[in-house]
Amino acid sequence: MSGSEPEQNGANPILRCENLSRRWGGLLAVNQVSLAFWRGEVHAVIGTNGAGKSTLIHMLCGEIEPTSGSVFLHSADVTRWSQARRARAGLGRSYQRSTIFPSFSVLENCRLAAQARSPKPWHWWEPASRCEASLAAATLAARQSGLHDDLDRAAGLLSHGQKRQLEIAMCLATAPQVLLLDEPLAGMGAEETERMLALLAALKADHAIVLVEHDMDAVFRIADRMTVMVNGSIIASGSPQAVRHNPQVQAAYLGEH
Amino acid sequence: MTAKRASPLVFVALCFSALALYPLVGGQFGVDLVSKIMIYAIFALSLELLVGGTGLVCFGHAAFFGIGAYAAVLLAPETEAAGAGLLALSVLMAAAYALVVGALSLRTSGVYFIMVTLAFAQMAYYLVHDTPLGGGTDGIYLLIKPVFGAFDLDRPLNLYFLILLSLVLVFAFLALLYRSRFGRALAGIRVNEQRMRATGFSTYPYKLAAFTLSGALAGLAGFLFAVKDGFVNPEMLSWHLSGSVLIMLILGGIGHLRGALIGAFSFALLQEFFKSEAVFGSFAKHWHLGLGLSIMACVALLPHGLVGIPGQLRERLARQAAQRSQGTGAVDERI
Repeated sequence: MSGSEPEQNGANPILRCENLSRRWGGLLAVNQVSLAFWRGEVHAVIGTNGAGKSTLIHMLCGEIEPTSGSVFLHSADVTRWSQARRARAGLGRSYQRSTIFPSFSVLENCRLAAQARSPKPWHWWEPASRCEASLAAATLAARQSGLHDDLDRAAGLLSHGQKRQLEIAMCLATAPQVLLLDEPLAGMGAEETERMLALLAALKADHAIVLVEHDMDAVFRIADRMTVMVNGSIIASGSPQAVRHNPQVQAAYLGEH
Repeated sequence: MTAKRASPLVFVALCFSALALYPLVGGQFGVDLVSKIMIYAIFALSLELLVGGTGLVCFGHAAFFGIGAYAAVLLAPETEAAGAGLLALSVLMAAAYALVVGALSLRTSGVYFIMVTLAFAQMAYYLVHDTPLGGGTDGIYLLIKPVFGAFDLDRPLNLYFLILLSLVLVFAFLALLYRSRFGRALAGIRVNEQRMRATGFSTYPYKLAAFTLSGALAGLAGFLFAVKDGFVNPEMLSWHLSGSVLIMLILGGIGHLRGALIGAFSFALLQEFFKSEAVFGSFAKHWHLGLGLSIMACVALLPHGLVGIPGQLRERLARQAAQRSQGTGAVDERI
């Protein structure tokens, strides 16, 4: 448990980090970053390539250990928790590149994700397809993500946009409280982007969403709060309007936006 | 159940039925040979759980096979026949060694995992090769074969049916396991371990459980081999045997339980074929060459192993049909 927790309208953040840093040899990839994330908000983290956004996401979800600093989920210090334990505690994440299981059906991808939190995930004799708890969670997640018509389709046969939706569906199947989304719009066409933005807007009521994204038009449409990183440090954080008019941000990143 | 899902089951049921009926037509040599191949099939199935089921390429699997075999001989009473307890002890010994090897080697991955498992197997090999414990290069004899109730394993037919029963049970057990939640988690780890961790699976205990189970099944195969031959020697733990069982899987088709069965039978029968002086005369002493070339041809021509032949044929027929229809179009255009 750390010191004081930042508050927003009387609510404590679900996830926060304090003075988080990561050094790779001589390179300081993330430098003393402190952020807080609330339910009902899309918090976009933007910055040029190499700014440290993905490293920050990796540290928040437990894939990379920070060199210094702490991560808190609600009031629990989860800095030393494994990635799997954080995921079971409610930290869901998606990757820049789709990490679905291509030979499994859409439903099986979601069911397997849900299995991690289902009772007896080690059960070794009953067919997995009879696990009612994980099947119910998987079906719900696929429906929420707009994949209800493709449940029996092999995931590898989905379009690029649908694969990104499946990534989100797999996160949802684990019943997360926080969604850490690393470039969910990468490589999408206009129609697919619209579909994904509608999905994120629908999900934010029940989740804290941390969004790393390069599509600035989409970010300014969906984000409630923005943080701009340059060379591993935060140069601005606040509402999209405040960030848009910040001269430091304009000079460093946004340009004519 | 769809026809596509039922056909492998029918194939396996037919194979097991044929094996059950084989002693009616096979002579003593044939029964002995098929017994040996069925033991190899159990051994190959144990490795399939690791390679095809979990994505862990173990290159030291003979250690568990050999430990099961040596335990059967070293722990057997000298003056009376052992009971089923000896089987359980042999399997437990192999499982215990697999637990230790797995706990350490699973902290590595990729080529390092392959080399670490090989190193542990070589340690076990030299333990029985260079010390009085394992009888050195001469090996040790099992003087009195076990008796399971009224089932005296000194009689070849009794042993044959015990091996067949073991094979059927191991196959059914793994088929059940592959479809279970545990099996699906292993499949997920095989495809993308990073995603599994991000989803909430602590992957290490799953892999360690699979490794230990696989070692136990290899130990069962080793026990049966020691009882069948009544003799063990260090070659049962050698890297040659680890390589051979891996080749059986590649030949049959990795990722399919029936691939392990087909691979074990194909490998052993190819070996017998190239060793046959009746066919190759004096050239039979160079049987390694023929076996190696035929395996290379199989790998080059059958990327999914022998089990993938029907699928490859279907694809080829579909391609030919498409080409024929395109060819007809081209003729029409010329006209």
